[in-house]
Amino acid sequence: MNVAIKSITEQRDFVVSSSSLKEVRSFSREVFEKVNINQDLKDELVLAIAEAAQNIVKHAYQGEDTDDKMEIKISLENGQLEIGFFDKGRPVEEKNVRHRKIDDIKPGGLGTFFIQQIMDAVVFKEGEKPWINHLVLTKNLNS
Amino acid sequence: MSYKVTEEGNISTVHLDGEIDMDVTEKAKEIIMPLIEAKKEVHLNLKEVQYMDSSGISVLIESHQKATELGTKVVLKEISKSVLKVIMMAKLEQILNLD
Repeated sequence: MNVAIKSITEQRDFVVSSSSLKEVRSFSREVFEKVNINQDLKDELVLAIAEAAQNIVKHAYQGEDTDDKMEIKISLENGQLEIGFFDKGRPVEEKNVRHRKIDDIKPGGLGTFFIQQIMDAVVFKEGEKPWINHLVLTKNLNS
Repeated sequence: MSYKVTEEGNISTVHLDGEIDMDVTEKAKEIIMPLIEAKKEVHLNLKEVQYMDSSGISVLIESHQKATELGTKVVLKEISKSVLKVIMMAKLEQILNLD
């Protein structure tokens, strides 16, 4: 796939709230408009980013009202896409992050499944100060 | 998200419009669930839904399960391409009633 722009780094802060998810999608769409990938892939990447942001609201903050911000950083270098999520919520333990079994039909637990379906890798790191959590999603856009 | 409800006999059709995410799922449930509880057959017209995430999919599952429990059904109508893609990603095309 021809990724027109070789290098991009854009980041933005959002209040940790479900009402920010629309802005998260708008930001992501703006960034991917600059990248020569097909619309279906753009839509999938926007969904993965929105699901990860939603997980911060739902799980790291457990839906509590807060003035805290989360930061999303989208970087592209030679077709390698890396999306970083930084938050100051409760520490997320990777072993506790799993999607439900897909044949167990019940509401909830699909966001993580979508992220894993769309991205090549999902890595949880301890955030460097002032952050608590740092989630990294990666995908090779050249393949 | 905006919506319009039309009634014809025992069928209530909910026309949803816009983006369905975690921020609007409670509102969506407030619209859909009372219709199911009234044992209406509920048609969800998704032609104008440009985006749906896992929270929106949860509303579809919950509605489907509630309807089945009460002996009625929820039928998804005129599903937009982007919503269909997410339904298929969730492997729900054989579970939900798609028309």
